[in-house]
Formats: sequence, C-alpha cells, structure tokens
Amino acid sequence: MNNTKNTEAERLSFLEKIYIPEIAKGLGVTFKQMFKPKFTRQYPEEVWEPEGSYRGRPVLVQDENGERCVACGLCARVCPALAIEMQASETEKEKERYPVKFEINMLRCIFCGFCEEVCPEEAIVMSKDYHLVFTSQEEAILGKDKLLVPIEKLKDRLEYLREYK
Amino acid sequence: MLIKAIVIVTMIMLAAATLVYIERKLSAFIQNRIGPNRTGPFGLLQPFADVIKLFMKEDIVPTAADQRFHKIAPIISLGVAVAVYSVIPFANYIMIGTHKIFIGIAPDINIGLLFILAMTSVGVYGITLAGWSSNSKYSLLGGLRSSAQMISYELSMGLAVIGVLLVSNAFTQHNGTWLNTMSLNTLVLNQIGWRWNILLQPLGFIIFLVASFAETNRSPFDLPEAEPELVGGYNTEYTGMKFGMFFLAEYGNLATSSAFITLLYLGGWQLPIPASWLGLQDGTILLALCQFIMFLAKIILVATFFIWVRWSLPRFRYDQLMYMGWKVLLPLSLLNVVITAIVIYLLN
Repeated sequence: MNNTKNTEAERLSFLEKIYIPEIAKGLGVTFKQMFKPKFTRQYPEEVWEPEGSYRGRPVLVQDENGERCVACGLCARVCPALAIEMQASETEKEKERYPVKFEINMLRCIFCGFCEEVCPEEAIVMSKDYHLVFTSQEEAILGKDKLLVPIEKLKDRLEYLREYK
Repeated sequence: MLIKAIVIVTMIMLAAATLVYIERKLSAFIQNRIGPNRTGPFGLLQPFADVIKLFMKEDIVPTAADQRFHKIAPIISLGVAVAVYSVIPFANYIMIGTHKIFIGIAPDINIGLLFILAMTSVGVYGITLAGWSSNSKYSLLGGLRSSAQMISYELSMGLAVIGVLLVSNAFTQHNGTWLNTMSLNTLVLNQIGWRWNILLQPLGFIIFLVASFAETNRSPFDLPEAEPELVGGYNTEYTGMKFGMFFLAEYGNLATSSAFITLLYLGGWQLPIPASWLGLQDGTILLALCQFIMFLAKIILVATFFIWVRWSLPRFRYDQLMYMGWKVLLPLSLLNVVITAIVIYLLN
C-alpha cells in the first residue's frame, strides 16, 4: 500500500467516499430489473424448434418405397464412435440390397454427422430430435423401427444439405 | 407460556422458509429470470421440498473432526437464532377480562435489549465451533473470519443501540413515570405518534443497518461463506440436516435482524395511524391482530431490503471489512452517542 500517486481515495471528495449515492444508484438499477421481462423458457410447455442446420438424432429416411438405405456400410465405417451396426441382405426391389438389421447405439453416438456426409444415397440424416430419454442401456440401442422417419418430416434438413453441402 | 413458545418457534421456522422463498424469487426477478415455479403454485412449496430433501440426505461427519463439537455447533447456531425471539413484542398487550396478556414470551422484561446483544454474542460460538471442529482448512478460515467479523461489528451495534436507549429514556422521563427501560415493549411504546427512531437517529440507523449486515454474514459482508472464496466457509463439512440447521439459522438471523431494525427504528408493531381513527380500542384482540400484521409487514419489507442489497453490491474484501468495522463504524457510533447525549441534555 505504498503508492501515493492518484489513488482512488485521493481523487474522491469526502461525500463521494461514503459511496452512499453510488449504492443507491446500484440499488435502483437492480430494482428496475425486477420489472423487466424475464427470459426463462418454460420447457415442457414451450419447446424450442431448431433450424435446418441443427444436428440432432441420426435417422433413416423413408420414402414411398421403404428405406433408402442400401446397406453399403460406409456410415458404419466412418463413424468415429463405432455407434452404427448393420447387416445387409438381398431384396427384389431395384436397389437389390437392404439392411436387415440396422442399429445405432445412442449412448455411443456423438452427433458429429459424418454418417450423413458420407452416405451416397442420402439415406441417413441428422434430424431435429433432441428429446432423448432412455431408462435403460438396452433401450438406448435404436433399431430400424425407431430409426425410420418419413421424408416429409426431414424436409428442412434435406433442404439445408442441398444448399450447403 | 408453553403454547406461546410453540407458536413462536413454529412461526420462526415458517419465517425462515418464507425468507428462503422470497430470496429465491426476488433474486430471480433481479436477474431477469423466474424463480422456482414448479413445486406448488408459484413455487410456494419449494422451501418445504428443500427441507425434506435435507432430511433425507446422508449425514457425513469427517473422521478427523471433533465429533462432539461438530454435532453441537449447528444446535448452538439454531438455538440462539430462535432464543432471541423470546423478548420480541409482536403486538401490544391484550386485555382478557382483567388479565393482561403480552404477545410474545417476555416482551416486557427489564433487560430485553441486553439479552439480544448477549445472545448474538453467543451465536458467534456456533460458527467458531463449526469452523474449528470440521478439521479442514477452508472451514477453519471461514469460521475464524466469520467470528472476527461478528465480534467487530457487535461493538458498533451495541453503541448504536445506546443512542436509541438514550432517546427512549428521554421520553420516558418526560412522562414522569419510570417504565422498564431496556424492555423492547417500552422502546416501541416510546415511538408512538410518529416519533420513530429512524427520524431521531438517522446516523444510528445507518450504523445499525450496516452492522446487522455484518452480524448475519450477509452480503456485502459474506466473505466467510462466499463460495468462490472459501468453498462454503464454516459449513463446508456439514451435510444433511446439520447443514439445514445452519441454513435455517442464517435465515432466522436475517428475520431476527429485520425484527430488531423495525423494533428499534421503524416503530415496531405500531400502525402508521392512531388506533382510534380505525375505531379500535387499546387491548382488543382485533387491534393486536392489526398490529401483528403490521409488524410482519415491516419485517418482510426490511428483509426484502436485505435480500435486495445482497444481489446488488459487490463483496467486501476482508481487510476492507475489518477496516470499516473498527476505524469507521466504531468512531461514528461513538460520535452518535455523544451527539445524542448532548442534544438531549440541551433540550431538557
């Protein structure tokens, strides 16, 4: 405490040093804030809808002929967390291959979007779904039934992919 | 007597719970958010949920801690916070038949004010023992800092109270009869008719207010329990209901300090208008009820002010705190006593 050059104690007048007007001003600011609008979102009643660019839960696209996936295995190869598992099989449809078993382990998925980027058929996309609640580890391994989503629901994401990627 | 004691203890617990609720909601509004609003309508059951949660928690006592004192410390804190309420008058007396019943356990006792100052001094023991017996460096530092702070500011508080006593005594002598001089009931009675002590003792009011902030360890003097500084200070090693008792003791002390400030300076249980304007007689139950509600309203206002200040002002550094206690407030309170004495002598 040896510096004697222009410390605050020397610059303030006696009345200012008591700080009471400053305290009163501070209290006034806080008081006014009490009446301003609050920014809390009441979650279960008000849900946030993300933009098209949001990377949520990965889902399989389902159009008129069933799923688009041809079980090429690229998404399982590229997944950094090894979350995807699939088993290919033959089908009579034009695409000739389809995944008889397709599982994503949501406890391993890191939502990076590499599977969506590498897919040649645009068959797996990151949806907008972020409400993920599981009550057991077995429940968190999503099979094909939970992963298939009709194409109408994924329009925002497909549009975003078309425009930017 | 027993009924009064039970009623008052219940009231204190409810008051502490209410203050917790008010603090959470008010701090939320100041910070542009809503406080608890899911438990019960408007979150009113939140303090009860908190208390139930604290009861259910596991009670951990560190093995190297001093077992006896670790258990006794929260009891001392909470006991003192509750015991002080025995001398607070909640309303004027009621006449039932020819029997004069006082609202409050012993509001007319001759040493009321001294009892309060003494009990707050004993309250320091609770915190010091908690800090010492936990056998942890954060607790020790927090406990020592807190007890040093409380002791330093008790002096200024006592001297500010002497100013109030002088003023109150002056009016007593003027009336020609000697009432119980230090009883809180007399102090309130002497403020009847807009002779509230805040107008007669403004400097004393400010000193007492600041000292109350320091006594209850509340912002801006809350260094002993500030989380970033000391991980929680003296109550670091406390879990479950023992922590709950410290918690309740802190809010109980807040309620007590608000009660003192209203009793000593803001006219206690008095209504702002004379009772005869409302057509109520002295000594009726209805008037006592009105006075009681007025008292509660004033306490809630002062407590709201405490909470408001907590979320507005930055914290004092410890050396600034001690500097203020000894080098600023103590001379000011002595000055207050001297000026009050001189003015009373000259006016008599």
